[in-house]
Amino acid sequence: MSEVIVVTSGKGGVGKTTSSANIGTGLALANKKVALIDADIGLRNLDVVMGLENRIVYDLVDVVEGNCRLKQALIKDKRFDKLFLLPAAQTRDKNAVSPEQMKKLCEDLKEDGFDYIIVDCPAGIEQGFKNAIAGADRAVVITTPEVSAVRDADRIIGLLEANGLNNPLLILNRLRVDMVKRGDMMNIEDVTEILAIDVLGIVPDDEAIVVSTNRGEPAVSDPNSKAGEAYRNITRRILGEEVPFMKFEENESFFTKLKKIFSK
Amino acid sequence: MDFFSFFRKKKQNSSGSVAKDRLKLVLVHDRVNCSSQILEMLKTDIIKVISNYMEIDEEELDIQITQTESDDKNGTVPVLYANIPIKSMRKANFSEDE
Repeated sequence: MSEVIVVTSGKGGVGKTTSSANIGTGLALANKKVALIDADIGLRNLDVVMGLENRIVYDLVDVVEGNCRLKQALIKDKRFDKLFLLPAAQTRDKNAVSPEQMKKLCEDLKEDGFDYIIVDCPAGIEQGFKNAIAGADRAVVITTPEVSAVRDADRIIGLLEANGLNNPLLILNRLRVDMVKRGDMMNIEDVTEILAIDVLGIVPDDEAIVVSTNRGEPAVSDPNSKAGEAYRNITRRILGEEVPFMKFEENESFFTKLKKIFSK
Repeated sequence: MDFFSFFRKKKQNSSGSVAKDRLKLVLVHDRVNCSSQILEMLKTDIIKVISNYMEIDEEELDIQITQTESDDKNGTVPVLYANIPIKSMRKANFSEDE
């Protein structure tokens, strides 16, 4: 059985592309055949996050316009067996593809034996969003614990449900545990209370993500990265496993240790 | 009370809960999908109807969409809040018409 999952958020810069790359790579590491589709036409980035930018010959628009066969446009990731990327066109705009064409593309990939097709959705709620969700079976909504990002996530959830994508799952990205403890950041309970959706995962803010993006190597394959661990858990949950949420251990400062002694 | 609680900020005033409260209010408006033009039209209509019966202070009039705790469901529901100060009642013309 194969499934098309769209990764979306509404607001830009909350981690859609990073999440798409890590979920796709995680699923490939779990021995699933995965196609990553960059649906952000005109602003392609999934290729650089994946470190595959030098291998692009054809792109998504070439495929839907019939300039090449689907197999020719799919870039095989040499590091991860069974992982393929379909890059976005950089010189075209969102109107170069229609929802029907996206639907057809997803169907073709399913027929080609892909277990998971991950669609990286562009920011916004216009044509690009409509295209990206057209062929999806389920949706993952990314947000960060900020007012603007959660507000946009709420809008996106409404639009997904209006388009028949019910019960999207939430990834809360870039959580700062120290700030939550201080009360200076909304926590996962605050966000889920407001959005009323199920949580797929919580990804802590992690410098390792910047480093891995710099190198073009998804953090999910880095055993020492906390965010990577969160994405490994997310992957297992997508595969149907029950995985408890990570316990975030804070490095205790001298002051907090002292405080504990005094509070006894 | 432990010694260090003196240094700690009160939880209610922390920026995290401020964010949550602001977000809740913003979403009440977003979800109701009521534009400020519609609210303005509603306000004009309400003034028109009420003015038939009483003289009101239009300067001090306050109409907004906000939220309240729901009775049956867990959570909050949007409500139309209107605070309309009355200056005086109009003379009842209705009995005279008879």
